[in-house]
Amino acid sequence: MDKSPSTTKTQYKKLAQKKELKRPILKNCINAFFFGGLICTIGQGIATFYMYFFDFTEQTVGNPTTATLIFITMLLTGFGVYDHIAQFAGAGTAVPVTGFGNAVISAAIEHRSEGFVQGVGGNMFKLAGSVILFGVFSAFIVALIKTLLLEWGVI
Amino acid sequence: MVFLWSFLVGGLICVIGQLMFDILKLTPGHTLSILVVTGAILNGFGLYEPLIDFAGAGATVPITSFGNSLVHGALQEAEKHGLIGVVTGMFEVTSSGITAAIIFGMIGAIFFKPKG
Repeated sequence: MDKSPSTTKTQYKKLAQKKELKRPILKNCINAFFFGGLICTIGQGIATFYMYFFDFTEQTVGNPTTATLIFITMLLTGFGVYDHIAQFAGAGTAVPVTGFGNAVISAAIEHRSEGFVQGVGGNMFKLAGSVILFGVFSAFIVALIKTLLLEWGVI
Repeated sequence: MVFLWSFLVGGLICVIGQLMFDILKLTPGHTLSILVVTGAILNGFGLYEPLIDFAGAGATVPITSFGNSLVHGALQEAEKHGLIGVVTGMFEVTSSGITAAIIFGMIGAIFFKPKG
């Protein structure tokens, strides 16, 4: 007399749910808030530098700031520091653009042993690809709707 | 003052991401994709630019701004060239993030060895 596979599956699910570690949500949120805020403040410092010494405005300064932050990310990722910070910062390091940079750069470094064409080139956007895909596609839809509405004189 | 607001707003967006990790149990890939789409939609309603004026890097550094600037570039070009501008202008504003990621990714792969 053996149990049907579906029963064992649900039993396992229940057991797994019971044994799963409770996530310390409040502590995670405080860490994410602190580190995310810190990265944005550093970004603001870089932005202020570019606005003061070069010809950028509040709206256009995001571009060079992003590039600079990704450069810093490359150094931190390369020396293995970023992963250590990410372990307790959680979304605080994933949500800022540095997380996007880290996803690309760490994939590039990790797959280097497979060669530059198949490894680095093929895997660079393995993790970050979905961000680009959904960003571009949703932006296309939003911009398309808005342009059509403007042309038809609805808004 | 803008430093304080960028800290608070940037931190808050990260907390939203953290809550999506912990409470909705989404993977980082899903979370970041949703945030990017949110940024694109917010720009569609014209709500993201006021946030940048208010919080500076607190709004431009989180990944939501990627969606925002994609729409921004597309709309800018669409004003000049009509519908075709939506496609040609897409990466107008946000080229630096992707360019930097590719260039520094390559440089990183050349100079650094994988850890562990």
